[in-house]
Amino acid sequence: MSEKISNSKVLFNPLSKDNPVIVQILGICSALAVTAKLEPAIVMGLSVVAVLAFACVIVSLIRKTIPTSVRIIVQLVVVAGLVVIVNQLLMAYAYDVSKQLSVFIGLIITNCILMGRLEAFAMGNKPWPAFLDGVGNGLGYAIILVIVAFFRELLGSGTLLGYQVVPQCFYDAGYANNGLMILPPMALIVVSCIIWVHRSRNKDLQES
Amino acid sequence: MKSLRKFMDRIKPAFYGGKLSSLRSVYDGFDTFLFTPRDTSGPVGVQVHDSMDSKRTMTIVIVALMPCFFFGMYNTAYQHWLAAGAIEFPFWEMMLYGLLAILPMVLTTYIVGLGIEFICAQLRHEEIQEGFLVTGIILPMILPIETPLWMVAVATAFAVIFAKEVFGGTGYNIVNVALTARAFLFFAYPAKMSGDHVFVATQPILGVGPTVPDGFTCATPLGQIATAQGGDVALTGVGDHAITAADAFWGFIPGSFGETSTFCILIGAAILLLTRIADWRIIVSVVAGALCMGWIANVFETPTYPGSYLNPADQLLFGGLAFAAVFMATDPVTAARTRTGKWIYGFLIGIIAVLIRVYNTGYPEGAMLAVLLMNVFAPLIDWCVVQANVRRRERRLVAAENALDATEDKIEAEEGRAS
Repeated sequence: MSEKISNSKVLFNPLSKDNPVIVQILGICSALAVTAKLEPAIVMGLSVVAVLAFACVIVSLIRKTIPTSVRIIVQLVVVAGLVVIVNQLLMAYAYDVSKQLSVFIGLIITNCILMGRLEAFAMGNKPWPAFLDGVGNGLGYAIILVIVAFFRELLGSGTLLGYQVVPQCFYDAGYANNGLMILPPMALIVVSCIIWVHRSRNKDLQES
Repeated sequence: MKSLRKFMDRIKPAFYGGKLSSLRSVYDGFDTFLFTPRDTSGPVGVQVHDSMDSKRTMTIVIVALMPCFFFGMYNTAYQHWLAAGAIEFPFWEMMLYGLLAILPMVLTTYIVGLGIEFICAQLRHEEIQEGFLVTGIILPMILPIETPLWMVAVATAFAVIFAKEVFGGTGYNIVNVALTARAFLFFAYPAKMSGDHVFVATQPILGVGPTVPDGFTCATPLGQIATAQGGDVALTGVGDHAITAADAFWGFIPGSFGETSTFCILIGAAILLLTRIADWRIIVSVVAGALCMGWIANVFETPTYPGSYLNPADQLLFGGLAFAAVFMATDPVTAARTRTGKWIYGFLIGIIAVLIRVYNTGYPEGAMLAVLLMNVFAPLIDWCVVQANVRRRERRLVAAENALDATEDKIEAEEGRAS
């Protein structure tokens, strides 16, 4: 079984050293899809935190009873149930955002981070560490989403959370919003810039 | 000149071991830029010399671009004068206007691009490469004349960093740097890169040039085709006179700065081909691809896509396809390397360029996207060509071995019969 790691490491490692997006390069598709604006990115991040944390706890609780041969299906059922709940909650309380996120809330089911954490951690650990691991990885994912969305919305639309940030006098002087920032390729490039900065600050992560 | 040499010698120790050692390659760069290097190899020993180093290659490409550049200066002013409704065309004043219009853009690309190259060279402790010399001049030539300078600066920085430096600098880029910058501008600021406001200069510069009435618009020929509503389009230039094929050949049409004159592009092509810098296979196959696709589109002409009414030869005269075929597709760094690969690469550029032009009215000109797309595919094409070659030779080897075995068997059999 996996070696003993302290709970604080389980919670905080995924934020930077072991970040699911910029170190393990997981969950990239949704990072491209929901980061054109800041608000959906935050909601998406929180949804993933919620789903991941509870999925980890539930799977960890029943880890001893799941037959190995059907464990993926069991995990999927747990995740799918949670995703449906989150989706219904969003539709009830944040209808506009849930419309913007459209299928991507549903697609949390296929997010590689979820399957990865459930397989790699929750299946072999007690509920409390599994919960921390889920929260940590969810937050690691959410942080990157928010950073990417911050730059994309600021440069692409001149707004943050829908409020005009770039003053009108800039536009009068000839400034224009960068339309490329709204398009999906720029999300990849912003993510790669974050990876660039992150790797240059963490020498031990650099591949030769 | 002598005092400059003295000055360079005086500051040299600071860069070689002194306080400014980290800026050594900047010093070296300036030193070799200003003076012939003094420490050349002596007459003793064996050295491999080739007079065609990358500095010379770049210089020749720039010389080949010059006809287009000068014509661009003239045509920019010519369109401007036409737009103002002028009857007289004073040559030198027009050339001055053209120069004043393009010079800020050229300076912007060089300052931004070379600045980034210098910084990257310092960070990597490498010599400064000449790679940006061509990019810096070619980029303003494929942009509309009215592009704001800060956009040019942003695009240059983006392209140099993300298309070139992250891949390892000059000679390692997988896509054409100048085209990346243009594509960046095209997608980031579409309002300034297409439409009917940007291709004709409308303001007098430093008091040179007439004033153009407010609200003046004129689209490029391809722009008019893309926005046309059904049927064969009557193309009009500035001042509502019809555009003929001859106008398009000589280049008196609105368009990006350097791309309008097919004639000047042909001069450039001749220079590049005579010096063997560009590969004729690529140019020929791009033209063949464009003609082929243009012909197919023309055969199936339909009012839904007005571009299909253009006759195939016109596809080469309008827009940036000719310029892209000669100066962009032939970039030796990003093109396919194998001979067969070059034919495939060029042919597909021609086909895709016309395909986008005719059947995607959102993009009036497809040459840029076609070249970028095939840049990405060039290594794959090369790989397939090399693999096919390997397989063919393997088959030949197997066949030869089988033949040898057969003869040996035959000889053995005959020997057996003889004994």
